[in-house]
This record gives sequence, C-alpha cells and structure tokens, in this order.
Amino acid sequence: MNELPQQLANGLILGAMYGLIAIGYTMVYGIVQLINFAHGEIFMVGGFGALTVYLALPPGMSLMAALPLMLIGGIAVSVLVGVAAERFAYRPLRGAPRLAPLITAIGLSIALQQAVWKWYPDAKKARVFPQFKGDAFDILGATVQRGDLFVVVAAPICMIALGFFVSKTRSGRAMQATAQDRDTAALMGIDTNRIIVLAFAIGAAFAGVAAVAYGLRTGEVQFRMGFIMGLKAFTAAVLGGIGNIYGAMLGGIVLGIAEALATAYVEFIPGMTQFGGGAWKDVWAFVLLILVLLLRPQGLLGERVADRA
Amino acid sequence: MRHRSLLILTTAVAAGALTLSACGSRGEDKSGDGSKATVVIGLDAPLTGELSALGQGIKNSADLAVKNANKQNEVDGVTFELRPLDDKALPNAGQQNATKLAGDKEVLGIVGPLNSGVAQSMQQVAQSNGVTLISPANTTPDLTQGKNWKKNDRKRQFSTYFRTATTDEVQGAFDGQYAYEKMKAKTAYVIDDQKTYGVGLASSFKDQFTKLGGKIVGTEHVSPDDRDFKAVVAKAKSANPDLVFYGGEYPASGPLSQQLKDGGLDAPLMGGDGMYSADYIELNKKAQGDYASSVGKPVEQLPSAKKFIEDYKAAGYKDRYEAYGGSTYDATWAIIQAVKQVVADNNGKLPDDARKKVVDAMNKVSFDGVTGKVAFDKYGDTTNTMITAYQVDNKQWKARFSAEFEKFDKS
Repeated sequence: MNELPQQLANGLILGAMYGLIAIGYTMVYGIVQLINFAHGEIFMVGGFGALTVYLALPPGMSLMAALPLMLIGGIAVSVLVGVAAERFAYRPLRGAPRLAPLITAIGLSIALQQAVWKWYPDAKKARVFPQFKGDAFDILGATVQRGDLFVVVAAPICMIALGFFVSKTRSGRAMQATAQDRDTAALMGIDTNRIIVLAFAIGAAFAGVAAVAYGLRTGEVQFRMGFIMGLKAFTAAVLGGIGNIYGAMLGGIVLGIAEALATAYVEFIPGMTQFGGGAWKDVWAFVLLILVLLLRPQGLLGERVADRA
Repeated sequence: MRHRSLLILTTAVAAGALTLSACGSRGEDKSGDGSKATVVIGLDAPLTGELSALGQGIKNSADLAVKNANKQNEVDGVTFELRPLDDKALPNAGQQNATKLAGDKEVLGIVGPLNSGVAQSMQQVAQSNGVTLISPANTTPDLTQGKNWKKNDRKRQFSTYFRTATTDEVQGAFDGQYAYEKMKAKTAYVIDDQKTYGVGLASSFKDQFTKLGGKIVGTEHVSPDDRDFKAVVAKAKSANPDLVFYGGEYPASGPLSQQLKDGGLDAPLMGGDGMYSADYIELNKKAQGDYASSVGKPVEQLPSAKKFIEDYKAAGYKDRYEAYGGSTYDATWAIIQAVKQVVADNNGKLPDDARKKVVDAMNKVSFDGVTGKVAFDKYGDTTNTMITAYQVDNKQWKARFSAEFEKFDKS
C-alpha cells in the first residue's frame, strides 16, 4: 500500500495546527520584537477553556452543536490570558532590555502550567476531551478523521479572515504601520498600546482555535501540552520568516509534512536506517530549520530587514 | 561589574550553605516518648502528573499496610509512619526524594518507585545510605541482575534493592508466548517509547515471539510525550501486522491505540503492566479488544487478596488501587516483617544499626501476601513469577489467562 497520501495528509493537518499557533508568535514578534514563550501555555489554557464549556453543557448535547460554544469558550479563555499577560507581565517591561521580557515569558509559561495543574479539577493527569463519533473519511487515498476536518476547515477560514483584517481594515493597517516603526506610527496618531493588545488578542484567539483542534484530534488535554506544541509552532514561525503571518502558516505546514515524511521515509535511505522513524522526526525537523536558515536567514517568506537602531 | 558578580556569587554560596546546614539539622531534635519507637517507611511514586493514577494507588496501598500494622500491633513497641513523596516520574526528583528520606535516620525502608528509570537514580542513594529500597512496580531486569543479564552473566547490583514485581524478561517473554500461542498472532509490529522500561519490555517480547516462529514486520520508536502518532500509524498500517506491541505506559499508548484503529488498522494493541490501568480505557475510545499483561494474578481472583480489597474499600480512598495495589501492600508488609524480625532478634527493641539489620532480614522474608508468596531470590527479585494477560472487554480489563512463567536458562 502506498502510504504517501496518508503521510501528506497527516503532515498537512498537524502543520495547520502548528501554523495556527505560530501566528501568535509571529504577530507579537512583528510588533514588539518579543518572543512570547508563554504562547504555548496560552494555547493550553484554551484547550481547558473549551473543555470547561463542554462539561458545563447538558450531557446529551451533540458535539456538533456544542462545538461553536466550545470554540467561543476556548478563544475567550486564551484571549483573556493572552491580554492579561501583555498588560501585567510585558507592558511594565516595555522599555527594559530585551532579555527581561524573554525571561518573564519563560517564567509566565511555568506559572500558567502550574496554575492549571494545581487548580483545574483533575488536571494533574490528562483530561478526556470529547471526540466526534463515526467513521473516518477516505479522501484521495488518505484516511482523515472527523475531528481532523475541523482544522482543515478552520485554518483557511482563519487565515483569510486575518489577511482581510490586516490589509483592509483601519486597525489592520495601523498594525502594519506599528510593525514597521512604532515611534513614527505613534506620531501619526496611532494608539500603539491598543495595537499591541490587539496583536496579543488575535494570536491568542488563533491559539484557542488550535487548542480545540488539538483536543478533537488527540482526545485529551493536559497541562503540559503547550510546551512541545509551542516549541514546534515557534520553529514554524522562524521557518516561515518571523513577523510574516503567511510565513507562519507556511512554516507550520512545511514543518508538519517534514515530520511525517521523515518518520516514514528516512529509514529507507541507504545507510540511514537507524536515523529513521518517529524517534528522529524532531531531529529532522530541526535539520530542515537549520538548512533553511543557512540558505535564507530571514526564513521562507521573511523580508530582509536592516537592523533598526 | 566585577563587584556585582562577586556579590551575586557570595549570595549564592551563602544561600547554598544555609540550605545545606538546614538540611543537616533536620531529624536530630526529634526524641521519642520512650514507650514506643517510630519507624518511618518512606514512599516514592508519581503522585501527580500523567502516571498519578498508578502512583496514587501505590500510595494508598502502602498507607493501608502501615495502618493495618499499627492497628493490629504487628510489631510490639513500634509505630509505623508512612512518608509519601512525589517524584513526578522524574529520575532527578526520585533521587532528591531518596536523599531526603535517607537523611532521616528513622526511615528504615523506602517503598517505590513506579518507574524503572527513576529506580536507576535512587538505587545508589539507597545503597550508600544502607537503606532498604523495595519497588512494587519496577520490571527492568538490569536493576537487579546487571546489564549483562541477556548473556546470562547475572550479578546482583545492589544489596539494598528488592522488588515485588517480576522482571520484564519474564513479562515480555510471557507476552510473546501469549501472543503467538493464545492469540495466534503470526506477525507483530513493535513500538517502544525509548524509556528504560519500554525498551526492555519490547525487546523481551521480540525475542520470545521470534523464537517461537513469529515474525516482526516492523519496529518504531516514539517519544513518551508525543500524542500525535499518525505518521507511525500510517507505517504500521502498511506493514499490516496481526498485532501491535507497545513497550511503554498508558498516557501515550491510549492515544496510540485509538489512532491505530482510527487509521484503519484492524489489529489489537498489546502492552505490559504500564498499560494496565483504568485510565487507559478512559483515554482511548477504541480500547475494545486490546491486551495488557500485569504482574501477579488479578487481585480480585485471589482469596488472599479479599481482605486487602475489603480494607481498601473500607478506608474510602479516592483513587483505585490500580495495577500495583497488591504488590505495594506486599512490599510495605515485607519491610514491616523485616522490622519485626529485627526487633524480635534484639529483645524487643530497635537496635542502633537497624537499617543494616533490616536489609539482612529482607533477604529472608517469607510470608503469604496479597499477591501470593512473598520472598526474594539472590538478586533481590521476587520469587513469584505469576503473570496475567488482560483484555479490554466492554470498557473493563478482564483477566484472560494467568501462568507462572518459567525463567529461561536461569541457573
């Protein structure tokens, strides 16, 4: 059996999830040049937000009907935590040397993990997330689960909406201006504080969507899930060119497909048998990242920026 | 600049010294009331985190053993106390816990840990402090017999380490035999999680399965933190095995099993005692038909375990006793019996070198426990090699087959 279509589909779905999270890294970096390492945890709390909504709904309700509400719950919790992080952790450090907010982000990430671990009921182990019942679909020789269709539909919608927002609306253009030069944008009458909050909020909302997708796909949410996913999404953002929203999605998909193909095919390259399989997929993903950065330091879609003083 | 770094250095050194001295003084100022000596039994298990279902079962079962010993005055003049510590399934946390417990001279034995990888970091600490360490769950053969056990060059590694769970040499071989002879599987796809336990179990399974004539149609390694196994699933599916064997624990194997079946592979997943947990079925909507082996006979079937189950229910613990309840009770009881022997040999009083004497007594312990006869061989392994195969049926683990597995080539 030819497993290539299956592996491509797996990579695409996983990559779209990485991409949705990567948007948060890339937008925040584009505007305040901060790598928000707590973003993985903002993704994680979104998953718990959605789960909370599901548990609060009447038990007989179908998942299809519950999904919009869960999505709203997940996004709301993610945005709330993301905006609060900006307001209380990052804004006071706006003028500080760059390392200070970076370390704050790492601290915040640990704090959020521990808070969920400590206070969310039964979160000390994985919590079961609802999943769609019914058989998988066969699409072009690949088996795709019902739950995975969610991210297949949600990711393009989110990207189109974001593209429209950034290029066509007043706030979106203000955001572009702030990304180009915050001081000049402020002089032109743009409320840059509001734009920064907006960037955090949009990134967090996308993370909330990704968290619902993750829950539907794996059937569980747990307090540590943000770490690996956050790291991968950050890699995707860098791969695609940090600061570029389309680059984040492209980087995510490239990364997801690279992982799937590395698991499946590296071991068939002569002499590489022991470097193949699931155990080495992360290594290959990072080899790819290093290669891309060697050849194109700005990432796949990144623009070469002169160092701003 | 130089001044500042000096200041930081000094502060750090001072803080470190203070912490150390604080550690040193602990436990010195406690004095018994004279009439009853206190013996502390330490416990190390993952009480939080993904494996906490198993860890809490271990803690509660040890607690039950200690309470029963105190209630029936098992050792005259001695009150037992349990001191549970959380290792989060991390080797370095286990090592810290072992150090902390060994630093208190009232601690005469430690029950735990759950993970073989954690045990590796605790054994040396226990050994150098001469304190008994007994695990209800470690199954990696290396822990007792050294890493050359496969070449039949077996040597006891630590005189202070014991266990009431039988080894993966026995368990993996049992799984291999069960798969080939009882399940009639001819081909198997083997996946492990790269941890000490998972790799050892998978390799013992492979050896026995191929020895009997079965064929391994593929092997794969995953990370225990992964929850997305779709790429591995696609590979396993094209190999089309009769059975997938997983060396590892339920937090990963639950999603793995579900994704295997979602991906269209019509073969059961089989694993070892690390998979035998009620949480496995909870995390996996397609667990029906999967297999797991576990050490000992099902506690529910043993007449000797009836009292344990009743007591456990009566004590009203929040969590189930899970896979290691019985073996934990026995491990704790073994320490209590060793202490009893030591006290009896010393005219009813706890001797000064109690730790060493308890270790010696452990080697000679023999009693009928929850899981059967409890005694240890010359490596510190349990002499009870009973293994049971379970299958998920209607959202419950059902015992299918139990047997004493003969240890091969063992002199």
